[in-house]
Amino acid sequence: MIKYFLNFEWKQFFRSSYWQKSVALNILLGFFALYMILSFLVLGVSIYPILKKQFPDSDPLLIVNGFLFYWFLADLVMRFFLQKLPVMNVKPFLVLPLKKSKIVNYVLRKSALSFFNFLPLFAVIPFGTILIFEDYSVATALVWMLAMILFSLIINYLNFIIESKSAETELSFLPIIALASGLFALNYFEIISFSNFVGAAMNSIIENPILVLIPIFILVGFYFANFSILKKKLYIDGSLKAKTQIANTTDLEWTRKFGSIAPFLQLDLKLLWRNKRPRSSIFILAIGLLYGLFFYPQKMYIEMEWLYVFIGTFVTGIFMINFGQFIPAWDSGYYKLLMSQNIKYKEYLNSKYSLMIIVSILMFVLSIPYVYFGWKILVVHFATLIYNLGVNVYVLLYAGSFNRKKIDLTQRAAFNYQGTGAVQWLVGFPLLLVPVGIFLLPYFTIGFEAAVATLIILGIIGIVFHQKTMAFISKKYVSSKYKMISAFEQNN
Amino acid sequence: MITATELSKKYGENIVLNIASLEIPKGQSFGLVGNNGAGKTTYFNLLLDLIKPSTGSVINNEIEVSKSEDWKPFTAAFIDESFLIGYLTPEEYFYFVGELRGMNKVDVDTFLTQFQEIFNDEILGKKKYLRDLSKGNQKKVGIVAALIGNPEVIILDEPFANLDPTTQIRLKKLLRNLTKDSNATVLISSHDLGHVTEVCERIVVLDKGEIVKDIKTSEETLKELETYFSV
Repeated sequence: MIKYFLNFEWKQFFRSSYWQKSVALNILLGFFALYMILSFLVLGVSIYPILKKQFPDSDPLLIVNGFLFYWFLADLVMRFFLQKLPVMNVKPFLVLPLKKSKIVNYVLRKSALSFFNFLPLFAVIPFGTILIFEDYSVATALVWMLAMILFSLIINYLNFIIESKSAETELSFLPIIALASGLFALNYFEIISFSNFVGAAMNSIIENPILVLIPIFILVGFYFANFSILKKKLYIDGSLKAKTQIANTTDLEWTRKFGSIAPFLQLDLKLLWRNKRPRSSIFILAIGLLYGLFFYPQKMYIEMEWLYVFIGTFVTGIFMINFGQFIPAWDSGYYKLLMSQNIKYKEYLNSKYSLMIIVSILMFVLSIPYVYFGWKILVVHFATLIYNLGVNVYVLLYAGSFNRKKIDLTQRAAFNYQGTGAVQWLVGFPLLLVPVGIFLLPYFTIGFEAAVATLIILGIIGIVFHQKTMAFISKKYVSSKYKMISAFEQNN
Repeated sequence: MITATELSKKYGENIVLNIASLEIPKGQSFGLVGNNGAGKTTYFNLLLDLIKPSTGSVINNEIEVSKSEDWKPFTAAFIDESFLIGYLTPEEYFYFVGELRGMNKVDVDTFLTQFQEIFNDEILGKKKYLRDLSKGNQKKVGIVAALIGNPEVIILDEPFANLDPTTQIRLKKLLRNLTKDSNATVLISSHDLGHVTEVCERIVVLDKGEIVKDIKTSEETLKELETYFSV
C-alpha cells in the first residue's frame, strides 16, 4: 500500500500544471536548499576549531551543548514557517478497504524524510566526526550524534502538533511566536535557564548513554500524540470539511467612490476577509510594520543607510508581495465565471492595483513614526513607497499572467494547514533586493540624495506610464486566458 | 443567433468536437444530448470562449466570440460550480452578477421575488456562504444568477442534475416560459431524455463530437431518442 501512496504523490507532483510551468522556481528552491546545506556544512566543520581557538581552556563539546537550546528553538521556528505538513488528499482513501492507522502512519513516517530533518545532519555529522579525531571516545561522539538526530525528529513532530493546534486559531503564527519569544526571554533574562538545562541534559546523556532512552520515549510520545490528533481528523465532517460559518454581510458602499472598479474591489475585500489564507496577509501587515524595530534601535544598523531601502520596501510593500504574487490565482476557483461575465480585464486588474497601492500608502503613513530614528529613514521610506507604486506593483501584476497554480480557498485538502511554504518568501526576495541594488550604485558613486532620487524617479516613470503599462499587462492576461482557465481547473 | 462553422476541438490527435455547421435561431430552446464524452460541455465552453477552437469559429449575434468580447453583455451561462464565488452569500453573488449586467440592488431584489418558490426558503436570508450550501441549492443559485439581466442567450449545462424533483418540475416550467415571454435563446444539455424533450423545441444528439441527429421535437421524439440510446 505504501508503494501506492508514494506512487500517487509522485504523480500528483509531476502531473500538476504547476510543476510543468514553474521549473525556474523549483530550481531556485534547489539553490536555496543547496545554500542551506553548505552553510550547515561550514558550521559543522569549523565550529570545533573556532571554539578551541577562542576558548582554549573549555571543552568545545560542552560549549556547543550550552548553545543547543537556541539551536532547537531556531529549528522549531524555522520549521513552523518553512516546513509544510505532509499533505495528502485522504478523502478518496477513506472508503477503500484500508486501515485508517495505515494512512496516518504513512503521513507521519513520510515526514521523517523531510529535508528539514536531514539539514541538521550536515552540521552534526562533521562535528561528531571531528570529535572522534579529537580524542573523544567513539561512544561519546556516536551517542551525541544519535541524540541530535533524535532531538531533530522530536522537533519535527512537535512542530506538527503546534501547527495543527494553532491552525485552529485565527492568527495561526502567533502561538509559535509567543512561545518562542517567551522561552527566549525567560532564558535571556535568566529567569529560567533553559540553555543550562538543555546543556546539562545533553552532557548527562553523553556521560551516561543509557539516558538516550529518554529522548526516544519523548519521540515516541510525540509520534503517538500526532497519531491520535490526525486520526481524529479523518472524518469528512472533521478537518476535511470546512466549518459552516455564519455569514455577516456588509454592503461596503464606500467603495462606490472608486467608480467602475467598485464591484471588484468589494469582491477583493470580501475575499481577503472571509477566507483564511488571504486573511493571513492582513495580519502579516502588523508584522511588517514592526519589522523596522528589529533594526532601527540598534546603532550598528542605523549607520547602514542602504538597509533603510530594504526595510522601507518591506514595510510599504509587504501586502503587495503577499497578496500580489497570487493574482489572479485568488480568483482561480471561479475564474471561468469572471471570464464569461461582462468584465473587462483592465477593470479587474485595476481593482487589484488600487487595493495594493492603497494599502502601501497606508503602510507608509503608519510607518512615519520611524522618523524618530532619523529623518533619512522617512525620506528613504518615501522613496521606496514611490518605487513600490511605480515598479513593484506592475512587476507583480505582470508576473501574475504566468500564474498557473490554483488556490483552493475552501481548504478542503486535508492536513493542509498553511498552504504556503518557502516558495512564497523566495518570490519576495528579488522585489526587495533589486531596489537595494538600484540604491547602492548612485549611493556609493554620488551620494545619499542621488540614490534616493534614483528610486523616486524610477517610481515616477512607472506611475506616469500607468495606462500604457496596464494596457500591456491586460494584453498579456488576455493572451494567456485559455491556459489559465485550464490550469485553474486542475485540482493540484 | 448562434452559428458554429467548421468548429472543431482537438487535444493532440484526439478529436473531441467536430461540427461542420450548426445554426441556432433567435428565440429557440435548444437541447443537447449525448453520452459522456460526446462533446456537450466542450461545445458550451467554446460558445463562451473558455477554450480555444482548433478550427472554425462561433458567431454569437454577429460577433465572433474569440475575437471580441462584445457578446458578453447579452450572454449568460452556468456550466458548473466553478461559476460560483464560494465566499459570498447568495444575495451578494446575485448583486455582483446584477451589477455586471447593469442592475442595481433594488432591481435584483425585485427580480428575485419570482424565484421564491424555487428557493424554498433555503437560500435567501440564511446567512450562509455559497460554499456551505448543498450541491442542489448551489445549482439553483447558479441557474437563477444566469437569468439576471434578461440575457438574450442562456447556456445551462446539465441544469437538472442534482435538483430535487419539485425543483426539476418548476425549472422546466421556467425554461419553457423564458423562450415564450422574453424571446431568449436557451441552450441546455441533459442526460435526462424526458426533461429535454419536454423543454426543448429542437434536440441535437452528439456522439464522439459529431452531430448524429437534429430533431424538431414532436410526440415521437422521446421514443426516437430512447431507441437511439438503448443500442
